[in-house]
Amino acid sequence: MSRVGAIRLAVMASAIGLLELACRTGLIDHRVVIPPSEMADALVRLLIGGQANEQIARTFGIVVAAVAISVVLGFALGIVIHALPRARVALEPFFATYYAVPIFIFYPVMIAVFGLSVVPILLMGVATAIVAMIIATLNGLDRIPRVLAKVARVHRMGALASALRVKLPAAAPYLFTGVKLAVSYSFIAVIASEFILAPAGLGRILSDAYSDFDNRRMYALMLLLVIAATVVNMMLHALDQRWAERRGIAKP
Amino acid sequence: MIARNRAVDTFIIVAAMLLAWHALHHAVGATALPGPLPTLGYLAKFVPTERFAENAWATLVCFFYALILSYALGLAIGIWLGLHRLSGAVGEPILISLYTLPKVTLYPVVLLIFGLSVSGRVTFGAMHGVLPVALLTMSAIRNVPPVYLKSARALRLSKWQTVVTLLLPAMLPEVASGLRIGFTLTLLGVLLSEMFAAKHGLGFLIMNAMQLLQSEEMIAVTVMLFAFAVGANAVLLAIEHRLHRRV
Repeated sequence: MSRVGAIRLAVMASAIGLLELACRTGLIDHRVVIPPSEMADALVRLLIGGQANEQIARTFGIVVAAVAISVVLGFALGIVIHALPRARVALEPFFATYYAVPIFIFYPVMIAVFGLSVVPILLMGVATAIVAMIIATLNGLDRIPRVLAKVARVHRMGALASALRVKLPAAAPYLFTGVKLAVSYSFIAVIASEFILAPAGLGRILSDAYSDFDNRRMYALMLLLVIAATVVNMMLHALDQRWAERRGIAKP
Repeated sequence: MIARNRAVDTFIIVAAMLLAWHALHHAVGATALPGPLPTLGYLAKFVPTERFAENAWATLVCFFYALILSYALGLAIGIWLGLHRLSGAVGEPILISLYTLPKVTLYPVVLLIFGLSVSGRVTFGAMHGVLPVALLTMSAIRNVPPVYLKSARALRLSKWQTVVTLLLPAMLPEVASGLRIGFTLTLLGVLLSEMFAAKHGLGFLIMNAMQLLQSEEMIAVTVMLFAFAVGANAVLLAIEHRLHRRV
């Protein structure tokens, strides 16, 4: 492990250790924060007991569906918009402002329109992620080097062959950035929707545990979500690095 | 000519959004989603009332404090991690993974510490805003071209002169982007905290109206917040563009 990585690990370990110490010595009230070791213990018991399995499957199912819809639809829309320069110029201010609006304020409207079900949650997941994918697709298509199109012509490739074998690989890194953003945005939106108001799901049982003063359960679920978000992001980052290395542009 | 084109484009987008709203209104009925005109009519009647003023003021106060806190903390962390290379290398991945964390999950902790109070909502808002400000400030400092610093040494500028006349102007445009994104996310954080557990504020009004099936009030407040966010972003974006052109 590099020196920087070791220091980072030490910083995080000592932060957790300090929290543990503060909780154990009573510096932090047990009713406010429970010691990290107890959080881990509660999480392991919760997972072994399987009381939350249904909710876990439901929430991650919605996230996967939202990411799949955003990536496929966002990619398709990106290609269409890229092919229509006039439409693209018109949409530019829309893209520039999109993430400046707290899109989440539309969640209650979605509930009023579609009812309290899985639909508004899925829609919030898609709505927050899809524009990032569209922007990433446009970016990727813009940055395909001209010379590659010429190479494709020299090899007498058809439109489909050049799209699949030349353009797609050239745009891939930018598309992957879009996928990465889509994953974390959908995750955040789905959890937030469930937390505010939902019939079921991890966010819902987390907010229920808070209302019931069930701290062990609440911190177990919190830990689960933190671990899930961190692991997924680290995996995506590692994939990104590996592909960058293969193209020979990795940072040393 | 370009300006006029842009105005036309914006007009077309707004018109398309109103049309989509109207179509959805027809599809699901007026009880679930009132049309654009009745909503605007309601908004015109609702804004002068005391109930609106009270709640808007509550949101504004929280947002103001949260914004100050995010900017101050974000700039301090960003400058520290930007100037100190080792701290930056250690801290950046931690900040990024915190950034991608759904911070709503941590709201119960904030509530347990602060209770249902203004300080809780301010803290939660600041939790959203600090990270983008810190990350973009850090990268702004790192992206200052080394040749600038070399010329500062060649001109024998003092440390203070280097910071004021060279570093600050060079990093300003990117820091401005960080402050703009921090603005948006702080607003989101404050509204989220009001939606989950509060008795005041515009986020509370939206949730309350939804539960009482007062669709008009719910949509009216939503549209107003939407307009506020778009307007504020346009102003901040214009400032940012001006800073970029100057460099």
